[in-house]
Amino acid sequence: MKKLSELINECKELAFDLSYTRAKQWKEEKPGRAIVGYMPIYFPREIAHAAGALPVAIFGGGDRKQIIKGDAYYQSYICHIPRSIIELALDGHFKSFDGFVFPSICDVIRNLSGIFRQLNIGSFIKYLDFPQNFSKDIGGVFYKQEMEHIIHYLTSITKKEVTAEALNHSIDLYNKNREMIDFIYKIRQDFPWRLNMEDVYYIVRAGTVIPVEEHNKLLEQVCYHIKENIGTPQDKVKVVVSGAFCEQPAVGLIKAIEEAGCYVVDDDYQLGSRMIIGNIDAQSSDPLMALSMGFIKQSQYSSSIYDVSNPKEYRLAKIVKDRGADGVIFASASFCDPSLLDAPIFQNAFNKMGIRYIAFQYSENINQYKVIKEQVGAFSDSIKLWEDEPATVQVTNK
Amino acid sequence: MAQEAQKEKSMVLQKEMVEGLFDALSKVSETGKKVCYTFVPGNLSELIRTFDMLPVYPEINALQSAMRKKSASYIKEAEKHAHSEDVCTYVKCDVGMLMKGNIGPTGQKLPEPDILLLSYTGCFTFMKWFETLKREYPNAKVIMLHTPYQENAKMTPEMVQYMAKQLRDEVIPVMEEVSGVKYDENKLKKILGYSKEAGDWIAKIFDTTKHKPSPIDAYFAGVYYIGPINIGFRGTPEAVEYYKELYSEIMQRVEKGLGPITPEGEMKEEKYRLVVEGPPNWTNFREFWKLFYDMGAVIVASSYTKVGGVYDMGWRHDASRPLETLAEYCMNCYTNLNLPQRIELLSKCIKDYKADGYITNSIKSCNSFSAGQLAMMREIEDRMEVPVGFIESDLVDPRYFSYSNIKNRLESYFQMLGQRKMMENQEV
Ligand code: SF4
Ligand code: SF4
Repeated sequence: MKKLSELINECKELAFDLSYTRAKQWKEEKPGRAIVGYMPIYFPREIAHAAGALPVAIFGGGDRKQIIKGDAYYQSYICHIPRSIIELALDGHFKSFDGFVFPSICDVIRNLSGIFRQLNIGSFIKYLDFPQNFSKDIGGVFYKQEMEHIIHYLTSITKKEVTAEALNHSIDLYNKNREMIDFIYKIRQDFPWRLNMEDVYYIVRAGTVIPVEEHNKLLEQVCYHIKENIGTPQDKVKVVVSGAFCEQPAVGLIKAIEEAGCYVVDDDYQLGSRMIIGNIDAQSSDPLMALSMGFIKQSQYSSSIYDVSNPKEYRLAKIVKDRGADGVIFASASFCDPSLLDAPIFQNAFNKMGIRYIAFQYSENINQYKVIKEQVGAFSDSIKLWEDEPATVQVTNK
Repeated sequence: MAQEAQKEKSMVLQKEMVEGLFDALSKVSETGKKVCYTFVPGNLSELIRTFDMLPVYPEINALQSAMRKKSASYIKEAEKHAHSEDVCTYVKCDVGMLMKGNIGPTGQKLPEPDILLLSYTGCFTFMKWFETLKREYPNAKVIMLHTPYQENAKMTPEMVQYMAKQLRDEVIPVMEEVSGVKYDENKLKKILGYSKEAGDWIAKIFDTTKHKPSPIDAYFAGVYYIGPINIGFRGTPEAVEYYKELYSEIMQRVEKGLGPITPEGEMKEEKYRLVVEGPPNWTNFREFWKLFYDMGAVIVASSYTKVGGVYDMGWRHDASRPLETLAEYCMNCYTNLNLPQRIELLSKCIKDYKADGYITNSIKSCNSFSAGQLAMMREIEDRMEVPVGFIESDLVDPRYFSYSNIKNRLESYFQMLGQRKMMENQEV
């Protein structure tokens, strides 16, 4: 068993390796393996696994990649992540990736799939249209067909047959993966000092670039360590971070929020790894339909899923309550339409419900957080000072 | 370009249609007609009409508000209520208008929706917009019709079936319930027959720009021409009559060798023929247009006139497959095409209409159009070897219309076009 600090360092290395070294090594280890890159938010990684491919998350270049060519592709009023993804692509970071999946999350990611096609990057490009119809016979069938297309692309490379057994095995592995991540969040909810948010971030993100079997081993050890009563409690308020599901804030910002007096007890930073709530049936004779229904019935609320029958503001309010959080931090990537268009829905509802919040915007490449840190500090102080007063604070930083 | 243009018969017909619609909307409390809010791309006018409902198009209200100089205050109102400065201004204009009493373009109060029909075609913001409206109108029924994206440049049978099933099992039953009208497929088929005819005429009309001089401006005037098919009249004999009349007026211009009509009368000399990508600016629409016609530039094709349906690649409504044809119609709207398809389509326009140049009007509001426009522009420049130009503005937020910036950019662009033409002439 490795020490917790060793595990965290390992995850940190993996999480921000923009050369995707482990994925490439894995592919080299055996002929007939493939790598499929996927964009945020969510991709049913089980299907890639069953098809003999390694799904690798592409979160952009963050504050670790200088943009030289990417800016020529996007106007100033478009978020930052597509330009850093283009930069990574043009600089050859995705060499040895076989194909790319662009989940339907917003018009920017959708149109980025067209740019990848135009630039002939990868041997296949698939825009994965998530169903916005939630009945089994309509949306369920459509989503299953979407997954079949991806399996077809992958198996034409890996030459592997995707059986129900193989899919069930993959579903089982990812169920375990999510269970352990959930366990970490459960511990964070009650004992957030045992593992800080920055470390949780590394641990979860590492799992998006390595085989699930390896990540599960890492997680098992992390879970073992954090069962112990380690760390020292600090006088901080508990918050939930919402809105940062695609373009990722730089780690410095994730850290700054906690340093400014908050324990982040839930977040949507890497929503894809935690998108499905609970397990997906791993014994089905129709595992693709099981995955499809998993998405339709068990998804976390998200800005890219039509929510009218299950309004997101109540779902987030429930998370706040269940986690025992004192407030919410709405963190949106600058110019992120889905996140910013949801903001009034959340904020108007929270004003009525008396849930405290602040809101700010960030960009993945900005690593100056003084102002945000001050705002978060003021927010946490206000919660501590007026514990009994329902209050809302809104601060917008750009 | 001296006198104000005379009203052509087609203009009168269009005016009658639009006024009739708003008049009917103002009387729903008396007539009991049900109201369906929906969007232009993927608009199911034929189905709405089958159930005798009246459509309201929030985008049209927003652009009309901008033309009446009301959008700035509406946007401000929405921003006071946590709407970000950086999102689609159509949404904010609509929300602001609602907050300020929902007075429509004709000065009459718009009725509340009985149905919010989210034809989710080619734009994610639509979804957010109706999620927002649903919270404002809790009693309205919401229908989500998910239109799959043509990611692989195809409308596959499974995509068509997915949509047809949604229409059959979810859209139609709600429409029946709300309107109290039973679904009548024969009625829908009849309406679709007129839609096909309207599609034929609109394709012919936009094809007249192949003449030199072009008899119409396919962007600035084009946005008026697409009015009837986009705001609920597709599928009516009135629309067919309008388009027939418009076509005959245009052909008369062709016979006389006349250029387009502008707000200041007839454009005299056609110097440059352009294809434009991106929506227009509405807050300063006339000034914007003037920047082009003053320079002798006419737009021979534009992507924006295809947002409510692409008819120039041969697709038409087919009454024999009513639900399937509605599905295909939705999937075939411009912003539901992938980027290579858009490039293909615009390249074809440049070729067919012998354009001298290609201009991108990049709209801050609209990622559905804007994200990827620069890559498209580069590809078109390489492929078609035409000079490309780039300007930035916004739909309905006057803060993002900088007259001098646009003018400077256009002037340099036209200078470049002029030099190029001169060189080409010398070579000849
Ligand atoms: S940050 Fe927001 S707008 Fe940008 S690609 Fe991601 S979801 Fe789309
Ligand atoms: S983002 Fe573009 S397509 Fe979507 S509603 Fe706004 S203007 Fe229309």
